[in-house]
Amino acid sequence: MEFALLPEILGSTVRMSVPLILACIAGLWSERSGVVDIGLEGKMLAGAFSAAAAASYFHSAWIGLLLAILVCIMFSLVHGYACITQRGNQVVSGVAINMLAAGLTVVIGNSWYKQGGRTPQLDDASRFLPINFPGRDALFQMDGVGPIARIFLDHSVLAFIAFALVPLSAWALAKTRFGLRLRAVGENPQAVDTAGISVARLRYQAVIIAGVLCGIAGAYLSTALQTSFVRDMSAGRGFLALTALIFANWRAWPALGTCLLFGFLQAIANFMQGFQLFGVEIPVQVFNALPYIMTIVLLAGFIGKSVPPKASGTPYSKDR
Amino acid sequence: MSARSDLPAWVDIGLIPALNLVIAFVMAGLVVLIIGENPIKALAILLGEPLFSFQGWCNILYYATNFIFTGLCVSVAFHAGLFNIGGEGQAYVAGLGAATPGLILGGALASILPNALSQPITLLVCLVGSFIVGGLWGLFPGYLQAKRGSHIVITTIMLNFIAASLMQYMINRVFRPTGNQAVESRAINNAYILNLREIGNIFGAKLPSTPLTPVIFIALLAAFAVWYLLWRTKLGYEIRTVGANQEAAIYAGISPPRIIMITMMISGGLAGLLAFHEVLGPQHKLLLEYVQGAGFVGIAVALMGRSHPVGIVLAALLFGLLSEGGTQLSFEIQSISKDLVVVIQGLVVLFMGALEQAFHPLLQKFFRQES
Repeated sequence: MEFALLPEILGSTVRMSVPLILACIAGLWSERSGVVDIGLEGKMLAGAFSAAAAASYFHSAWIGLLLAILVCIMFSLVHGYACITQRGNQVVSGVAINMLAAGLTVVIGNSWYKQGGRTPQLDDASRFLPINFPGRDALFQMDGVGPIARIFLDHSVLAFIAFALVPLSAWALAKTRFGLRLRAVGENPQAVDTAGISVARLRYQAVIIAGVLCGIAGAYLSTALQTSFVRDMSAGRGFLALTALIFANWRAWPALGTCLLFGFLQAIANFMQGFQLFGVEIPVQVFNALPYIMTIVLLAGFIGKSVPPKASGTPYSKDR
Repeated sequence: MSARSDLPAWVDIGLIPALNLVIAFVMAGLVVLIIGENPIKALAILLGEPLFSFQGWCNILYYATNFIFTGLCVSVAFHAGLFNIGGEGQAYVAGLGAATPGLILGGALASILPNALSQPITLLVCLVGSFIVGGLWGLFPGYLQAKRGSHIVITTIMLNFIAASLMQYMINRVFRPTGNQAVESRAINNAYILNLREIGNIFGAKLPSTPLTPVIFIALLAAFAVWYLLWRTKLGYEIRTVGANQEAAIYAGISPPRIIMITMMISGGLAGLLAFHEVLGPQHKLLLEYVQGAGFVGIAVALMGRSHPVGIVLAALLFGLLSEGGTQLSFEIQSISKDLVVVIQGLVVLFMGALEQAFHPLLQKFFRQES
């Protein structure tokens, strides 16, 4: 590995991790309440499209973000209605959400912009650019400290939101009444129901939180990482985030570590075509497949064990 | 998925799918309305246009061939209580099983045997090869589920992505001839499935250009075989028992782990047959991403067809019609992308799969009053 590229790769690692962290924490909230969310991918995609379309129309990244969040909440409510109210199959509903998002973004985008599903290029005002704090340029040009500072600070506000959400979610799920009840509903909904707390209400709150976070993740993709929406731009990141969630055993802090690791693998795959290790060339596909292989090995119980919330995937009905 | 209701059978297998389909079309019509086109006109092109030409019918059957394979893949797993989302990956990896014998064995046989003999033998090996490779890619998550308790939904999703990376590597580094720019194998001429037009040419008939091949008959045969397996053999009975109630299956002396693994092998193998069709038929080479989402359409087909082979064939024809109609629609109304079909598929999965209970109370009330 060339060390000159290291700061670049680490900076890219952070950028690649941000959507993973957001979607992974979204999945964490949903699945901790007992609602499996295969639809992270689709929601992120819908969010990315809404953000880019709204940002280009209103010339404001923030309105883009707001719309992305609203659209993702709508998708979440569809998922919630199917899974919570109708007690439908959660995986099937997630698959449907993914198909709907993949189709709708292209159909609507193609008819509005006539560019094969691409949205117009966003100008700087309608994007989330790296934060321009006082003394930024001076800091980044300093010898030694500059490149390191860039790795951590040369990011948009959404990235900082993503990183702040990890401790916030960890704290909320472990210490607050809402978080404890939400986790209880994912483990033993009968007990929560017996205590006079509405299972459905808690689960709806959880899927709405997941929607908000997926919206931010989508907005990050199309208005911070890229300059427009392109068809299928989530490119499996929702599934990668789901994988990270499983690898992290449904816990917030390990999820951060896993997302950074997966982001690092994506960054390497982007930077290093023909990566050499001990004189053997490692194909780029290895880095793409590695997160999934690692998680399957973990799931198979060969190293440690990954245990989902006990009630996840099962709809709750009182008359059991 | 397997919950039998107290409704009359014709409601369960006829009215509910029809009702859900109508709702899916109404909602897709709303989408068309939102983007400022006439939904009635769009629907007429989508469902009508392909039916009025011979070529349209041929193309519907071509799409249906793939969808029958993936629909059967999903439904066989359904019957054992397993949700195999990995049809996409299983069909993709099976390309190795179709292309490798086609290229190596096909070349060897062609040099010692006449074409009329070497082609069928090679094709038969390719057929078995794609079934086995697809089957192994399905067996692995089956093994993980049966022996290690890893959830099959999760592992099959991951194996889809691993399959994508693996195939990208294999096609780029192993199958691509050196110096060739396009990432694809060389043409597989020694295991060549003729399409309808080429068959017509042999007999001197002039037929329109279509990717339809006789593999449609293999698909129909596979549907019959699945029916026979599930409802006429001991293994099929065991599969359905495991799907209905694992505890009862154990009590009856059936080993669920064994059945889960066998079922997933069959399920993956059925998806693998898509590779036999697509790689050796319309494409005549191993190329990237040839599955094109057919694995996921299989989920919609299986749900729509109520996991019964007859239903699957009908649902596959319907989705074939939608695919062909979508292409025609995007030609005639430029502002409607053919991805509208993906929206309809998503709606069908949502209403048939996740919201299948939604109309249940209503219908129950209605039919109880009647009887």
